[in-house]
Amino acid sequence: MAELPKHQEDLSLDTFVRGLWKENPVFVMLLGMCPTLAVSNSAINAISMGLATTFVLAGSGALISWLRNWIPKQVRIASYIVIIATFVTIVDYAIQAISLDLYAALGAFIQLIVVNCIILGRAEAYASQQRLVPTLVNSLGIGAGFTIALFALGSVREILGSGTLFGLHLFGAGFQPWVVMVLPPGGFFVLGAWLLLFNWIKQRGERRADAPTGVPANAR
Amino acid sequence: MTNDVQVEAPQAPPDATPTFAMLRTLGGISLISGLLVVLAYQFTLPIIAENQRVRTEQAVFRVVPGAVTKRDFVLTDAGLAPAGEGVQGELIYAAYDAADQLKGVAITGVGNGYAGPVTVLFNYDPGCQCIVGSKILQMTETPGFGDKLETDPAFLENLKALDAKLNADGTALINPIVTVKNGSKTHPWQIDAISGATLSSNAMGKAANTAAQRAAPAIQRDLAKLTAANHTGQD
Repeated sequence: MAELPKHQEDLSLDTFVRGLWKENPVFVMLLGMCPTLAVSNSAINAISMGLATTFVLAGSGALISWLRNWIPKQVRIASYIVIIATFVTIVDYAIQAISLDLYAALGAFIQLIVVNCIILGRAEAYASQQRLVPTLVNSLGIGAGFTIALFALGSVREILGSGTLFGLHLFGAGFQPWVVMVLPPGGFFVLGAWLLLFNWIKQRGERRADAPTGVPANAR
Repeated sequence: MTNDVQVEAPQAPPDATPTFAMLRTLGGISLISGLLVVLAYQFTLPIIAENQRVRTEQAVFRVVPGAVTKRDFVLTDAGLAPAGEGVQGELIYAAYDAADQLKGVAITGVGNGYAGPVTVLFNYDPGCQCIVGSKILQMTETPGFGDKLETDPAFLENLKALDAKLNADGTALINPIVTVKNGSKTHPWQIDAISGATLSSNAMGKAANTAAQRAAPAIQRDLAKLTAANHTGQD
C-alpha cells in the first residue's frame, strides 16, 4: 500500500491527482477487486459502480474526518463501518430511484460497497488523520481513479464481448461477439492486460528518472 | 520486525479511554446514521414505487400486444380478488385494448436455470386456454447460451400457442407443460429445447408450467370478474 500520511497534509493539486495515477486504487494498489471484476461487463455498469463508490468514499470520508477527534480508537472500526453502511444504504435507494434496470444489473455489488477495502482503507489511513477539505478532495480523486479504472475495463469488455459501447452497436451485423469477455474470465483477461500496460509505462518512467542527467537517452 | 517490538516492550500504559466517550461516539454515530437512512428512504420511496409500477406496466403491455390498460388481481384460495385491498398473494395482470376488451392475462412463473432462477411473464389467453407470448423479467443465464431464450426464433415459436388446457374439474392442466429434448416436440404442450442451452430451456418449461398450473384454474373460474372489471367504474 502507499505511504500513510503521518502529518496534516496541505491541500494541493496532488491531493486529488495522485488518486488518478500514483495511488490508483485498481491499477496500482490492486484494491476493490470484487466489484472491479464483477460489474465491469459493460461501460454503463462500470461507470455507475464507480460513481456509487465515489459517493460513499466522499460522504464517509467527510463525516469521519469531521468526527475524527471524537472517535476513540477502540470504537473506530465500528464507527467507520456504521458510517460507510449509512452512505451505502443511501446510494442503494438512490440507484433504485434512478433506474431499476441499473439496480438489477449491479445486483448485490451495491450492498457490497460496505466491505470495499478502498473505502475502509481510506477511512483508516487518511480521513481519520486529515482535515475535512483535503479528505474530501482526496476521496474524490481516489473515486475518480476507481471510476476511470472500471470504465477502462468495462468499455473494453463491452466492445469485445457485445460489440457495443453504452448499448450502441459499433459494428455491423457480421460482428461475432467475443462472449468470453463479458463472462468472469474476461474480467481477468482485461484486468491483466491493463496492469501489463500500466506497469510497462511506470517502469519506463522509472528507468528514465534513474538515468543520470546529461547522458543521452540512447546511451543506456 | 519481531526484534523491534521486543526492544520497545517497556512502554507506559496507554491512557484509558473513558467508557462514556466510547458509548457517546457509537451512540451519536448511530443516531446520525439512523436519521440519514430514514431520510433517504422516505425521500426515494414514492419514486421507487412509481418506477416499479411503470416497469410492470411496460412489461405487461409488451407481453400482451395491443393492450393499453391493465388491472391487477391477486390469486387467493377463494379465486381472484382485485389487488390493493389488503389481500396478499401472487399478482396477475389483466390487460385490455382501447375498446376495453380483455386481450390477455399476464401471469408470472419462475424456473431454475443453469445459473439461477429465470422469472418469466407469460401472456395467457383465456379463450384458447393457451400461452401465446412471453417476456423474461429476470435471469442470470450465460450470455450467448441462456439468453437465446429471448432471441432464438425457433424457440420463441414454442411459446406462440402453448397448450394449457384445464382438466374436467378445472383444477389443473390436463397435460403439464414440459420441455423436451431438442427436435422431439410432438404435442402442443411441449417446449422444444434449444440445443446447447437445455437447462435454460427447462427453466422456461418449469416457469410456464408453474404459472399456468397456479393461475389458469383461478382465471377460468373467475373469468367474469376479469371481463367485467372494466365496467366497475374504475379507470
